Parts: sequence; structure tokens; C-alpha cells
Amino acid sequence: MDIHEYQAKEILAGYGVRVADGGLAYSPEDAVQRAREIGGEVWAVKAQIHSGARGKAGGVKICKSYEEVEAAAESMLGKRLVTHQTGPEGKVCLRLYIEAGTNIAKELYFSLLVDRAHESIIMVGSTEGGMDIEDVAENNPEKIKKIQIDPAVGLLDFQAREMAFSLGLEPTQISPAVKLITGCYRAMRDLDANMIEINPLIVTGGSGKLMIMDAKMGFDDNALFRRQKVAELRDKTQEDQREMAAADRGLSYVGLDGDIGCMINGAGLAMATMDMIKLAGGEPANFLDVGGGASAERTEKAFRLVLADEGVKAMLVNIFAGINRCDWIAEGVVQAVRKIDMKIPLIVRLSGTNVEAGRKIIAESGLPIITATTLAEAAEKAVQARNEQVAKEAEVAA
Amino acid sequence: MSILINKETRMIVQGFTGKIGSFHAQDMINYGSTVVGGITPGKGGQTHLDRPVFNTVREAVEQEGAEASIIFVPPAFAADSIMEAAEAGIKFCVSITDGIPTQDMMKVKQFLRKFPKKDRMVLTGPNCAGTISPEQSMLGIMPGHIYKKGVVGVVGRSGTLGYEAADQMRELGIGISTSVGIGGDPINGSSHRDIFEKFEQDEETKLVLMIGEIGGSQEVEAGVYAAKHMSKPVVAYIAGLTAPKGRTMGHAGAIISSAGESAAEKVEMLQDLGVTIAPTPSAMGETIAKVLAKT
Repeated sequence: MDIHEYQAKEILAGYGVRVADGGLAYSPEDAVQRAREIGGEVWAVKAQIHSGARGKAGGVKICKSYEEVEAAAESMLGKRLVTHQTGPEGKVCLRLYIEAGTNIAKELYFSLLVDRAHESIIMVGSTEGGMDIEDVAENNPEKIKKIQIDPAVGLLDFQAREMAFSLGLEPTQISPAVKLITGCYRAMRDLDANMIEINPLIVTGGSGKLMIMDAKMGFDDNALFRRQKVAELRDKTQEDQREMAAADRGLSYVGLDGDIGCMINGAGLAMATMDMIKLAGGEPANFLDVGGGASAERTEKAFRLVLADEGVKAMLVNIFAGINRCDWIAEGVVQAVRKIDMKIPLIVRLSGTNVEAGRKIIAESGLPIITATTLAEAAEKAVQARNEQVAKEAEVAA
Repeated sequence: MSILINKETRMIVQGFTGKIGSFHAQDMINYGSTVVGGITPGKGGQTHLDRPVFNTVREAVEQEGAEASIIFVPPAFAADSIMEAAEAGIKFCVSITDGIPTQDMMKVKQFLRKFPKKDRMVLTGPNCAGTISPEQSMLGIMPGHIYKKGVVGVVGRSGTLGYEAADQMRELGIGISTSVGIGGDPINGSSHRDIFEKFEQDEETKLVLMIGEIGGSQEVEAGVYAAKHMSKPVVAYIAGLTAPKGRTMGHAGAIISSAGESAAEKVEMLQDLGVTIAPTPSAMGETIAKVLAKT
């Protein structure tokens, strides 16, 4: 689960990390009010969406008058901002963060991540702040410092110091940097975060203070049960509506660009089935894992979810019944098709426990269901049915 | 021979008396596994499925000589159960439970490292379907009847895709020595490579099938190991050709977050390492048949 910049800053400030003065606004009037409260002569108006690279998308504006703050707020609120991280549909901006302008002398990069290979948390720092860290990693790998943190003892002060020195800080800035790094680590550990990215981490002009300019935090969904306060920060407007509806029903769904809808049990088999569709010349419309206990009720929900995507031209069901039984699944499919007025072809492939009984139920249902025995056959038939459906729709339109 | 479990392996079930634990314990017993009891704290002294219930894993090890364990405990308590098994002297543990917090798994892995390697418990999962040595013993939740005994060692992250492979092989008359599920989480007990080491040492296993997917670098690390240290041929299939970058495909670990983690990149690297790739998921069986014919 991701949270907004202002939420991440609020959390980190609680761990002793220095942030600029700022406030949240829901309207242009709010924004001006916040700017007045903050005082000073320069403010940053920042769109709160779950994405980085907001600057290039017009989601961060530096303003030098209240009028400019108001105009910037108007240009962002209610709009969908498209960045290279959001996909073409973009993300809607409903909240703004108004922050005191800061004089920047240096921009650095700092993050904490889960390192799968080393099964620990890793600290990453670079003197190249403000840039996409992946680009730095590719073009100037020597400018990236990585330090592993031992899960048994946690972050040690000498490690934080080593990171601070590698960021090229002055001797007087080392102690504040250690405090900042340690604060971020404690937030990561205490709140089951799986990512904290400070980009840029800045050194202010003149006073040479360290401050976090942008902050991203992501949390381990599996740990939200014990992090109630974090769970409350969820902003549903930033998430894909269909994926969220699926999650609420205990289904795992990811929307994609193709037009062959899928319902499969097991994440691995789901990915493999989508691969087969692609190899057969089609494109999957979604990833959908219905899980082990695919009851009739669950099956119907899954069907409705897949068919809610109006671009879907054919639907493929592939179930390998382990604990499940093919006859139960077949009954669920038949019930779902009878209840929902399906206008597109349906291809069903069943395998595993009680497969004969399952196939019999489908065959005797009298419904126009296309069946397949192997994975390859299922994918080929799905692509063929999709092509026929597209041709048919074109004919009707003509 | 087989790896990790055989007919004699004495098994316990952690989370024995719960609905899911009971169902699968019965299924394992029906398959022929030597299930010697189970753990449910507070129910020690009772009998369940004609077997003793213990309060702690240590009691089961001392009184029944338990060697292997399977975990059905809810995610909030699963990491603790895994560490209890390790401390009590269990040699092989399967965590079926999925949804264990990542930082809990970091602790588990760190805890396991305190034991010298020869005494260290082997953990597979979390979020896996378990391990089966066909026609001998099953410590898992798979449909046992689709597995035929034979010479192919299977290791994979996904449950149902593993069933698909077993089914394709059986159709072609090919059997399996042991099939090991390592789970779909970002941090798991054993890697593909860990299981490769065991298959390399197993006399019965003539070929190894690796069923991998997008995310992480485990498959390639196993490929590097195979190129350097294995005498047996390796066949691999990598799922997730159509997966877009940055999206989690069901398994918490199935996400392309950096270079080298996509299916296409993994396939290319594995081919360079001499691994035979099953080009499609429906060609796992036939690819194995071809490689077996040459050995």
C-alpha cells in the first residue's frame, strides 16, 4: 500500500526527520489560506497523487504570490495527472500540499528498501539527487552507495555515518544526517514499511541544514493487520477501482490492455495461461487468480469482475482442481453464465480432481460454452473465438 | 530415494485441530504419509484423527520422534511457529500459510542462520503447496493422485502450475522423484538453488525441472549453480511473459521491479547458462521427454 507525500512527511517528522512547513489543501481557497499561515514569499504547490515524477506532469509548481498559489491549485485540483509511473489513464489529484519554499544548495538521494536477495533491509544513497535512481544505477553505478542492515541488530550508527559520509556531507552535517537516516530506518521497522524513498534529500543554502524535499513510503500489505493507523491512510481514489473491488472480494486482479478476459486458479497458472494466450496471438485483458476455494458464489463474482471490462471480447476459464473439484467449479460456471447475460464467447478448460464429472456438467448444460482439454488448446480456441467476436461486432457496426 | 521426505519421515501438523489443518492432515494420512501427531497450544493431551495433540513442537519431537512439520497457523503467528519448529529440532518444515509479513520472514531467516548448516532446519514456503515424493509421502496440499513416481526432480514457486507440469508428465508416462514447492513470496525459506543442491545429490533424480516466474533473481542464481556444479540436465519454464513492470501478479514476489527480473530476460540468461527452456507452459512435459531421451 502506498501513501501520499504529506502523509509520509508527517510520519517521518514524528521520527525526528526535518521537513519544511506545510499544510494540506482541498480547494484553491484552502491553498491560499495555507500559504498565508506558512508565511514567507515562496511556496511549492504539490499535487498529492500516488506517483513520482510529478514535476514534469505539472504536479509541482513554485509560486511567488498568493495569486500564483491559487492559479496553481486550480490547475491541479480535480485533474488527472499523467506521469511515466501512472500509466496513460493518470491519477486524479484531489489534495494539494502547500509547502514553504526552500533555498536548495544540494540535492541528494536516500532510500530504504527490502532487498530480496539478501533477505534484509538495504540502505541506498547517492549524491545524484532529484534524478531517477534507476538511471543513475545504469549510467553512474559508482555514484550509488548500498549498505545492508542486519535484521537481528538493526541499523548501527557507524553504518548511518558511513552513508552520511558517502553523500559528501560536511563534518558538521554528519550528526544531523545520522539522526535523519536512523529516524527513517525506525519508521521502516516500526511500521512494516517496505520502501521509503527520499528524493531529493536536500542541503539548504546558507544554513546547510538537511531536509527531506519529497518522500515516498510503501507498506507491506501482509502486515497491515497489525498497523491499523497506517491502514487508515489508504486513499482509495488513487487505486484502480476494479482491482480494489476484486481485493474486497478476496480475488487477486490486475487489469491489462488486451481483450481476452481470464479467470484462473493460482497465480503461477494464471501467468502461464496469459503467456499461452499471447503465444497464440492474443492479448490478455487481465490477471485474475480466484484462489483455491472457488465456490459458485466466488465464481460468479469473478465473472462479473472480468465482464465489467467492456473491452473484453472473449473469456477464458482455466482451472486445475487440486483441493477443489472440477464438478463444483463446472456447476459454479454454469450458474454464473445463466445468471449473467453473457454476450461474448466463453472457453472453459478444466483439469484435475473429478475432471470427467466437471466436463459432463458443462456438456449437458446446453449453454454455448467452448471446451478444451489442454492449456494450448484452450488458448488457441480463446484467440479464435475472440477474432470471430471482433469480426462479428464489426459486421453489426457496419 | 527421494529428497526431503520419504515413506518413513515422521511428520507433525502445526495448527492440527483447525479446519484447514484437519482437512489436509487427513489427506496426507490417506496418501500414506507417516503423520505422528500435531500441535495446537492448549489442546495437548487430546487425540485428533487418532493421533496425539501436543502443546509444543518440542514435546512432539521428544515423544514421537517428529522430524518434519507442516504449518497451517494463521499469518500473524506463522513466523513464530516456524522458529519454534527449528528450535525444537525439526529437520524439514513446510509453511503453507501465506501472507506472512516480510519483516517477520527476515527474522525467521536470521534465526535459522544461528544453527550450523548441518543442523539447520530446511524451510520451504511460505505460500507454497508443499512437497511430495510420489507414491511414498506427501507434506503438502497437492492432489496426490496426479503425481507419478519417477526420475524428474521438480522445484517451483507456484502450486497449480506445478500440478499442470505433473499432469503433463504423467500423460507422457514420465514420473517425479520429488516435487518441491518453494512458494511465491519475495523472501522464502529455500531458493531454487538450495533445492538444486539436494537433487544433484539424489541418485534417483536424473533431470531437474525448474518452474520459475518473474521477480527477483533466484532462477538465474540457480542456473549459475547448475552450470558450475551440476551433472544433471535442467529444464526450466518461466511464467509471466505478459506481466507489466511494477505490478504484483498475485504472488507477493511476482513483480518486475528492476532489470533482469522479467520473464524474457530470465529465459535469455538461463539459455546462456545451458538450461533447456520449455518455450510454453504447455510444453513442459514434452521438453522434459526430449531431454530425457538424450540422457
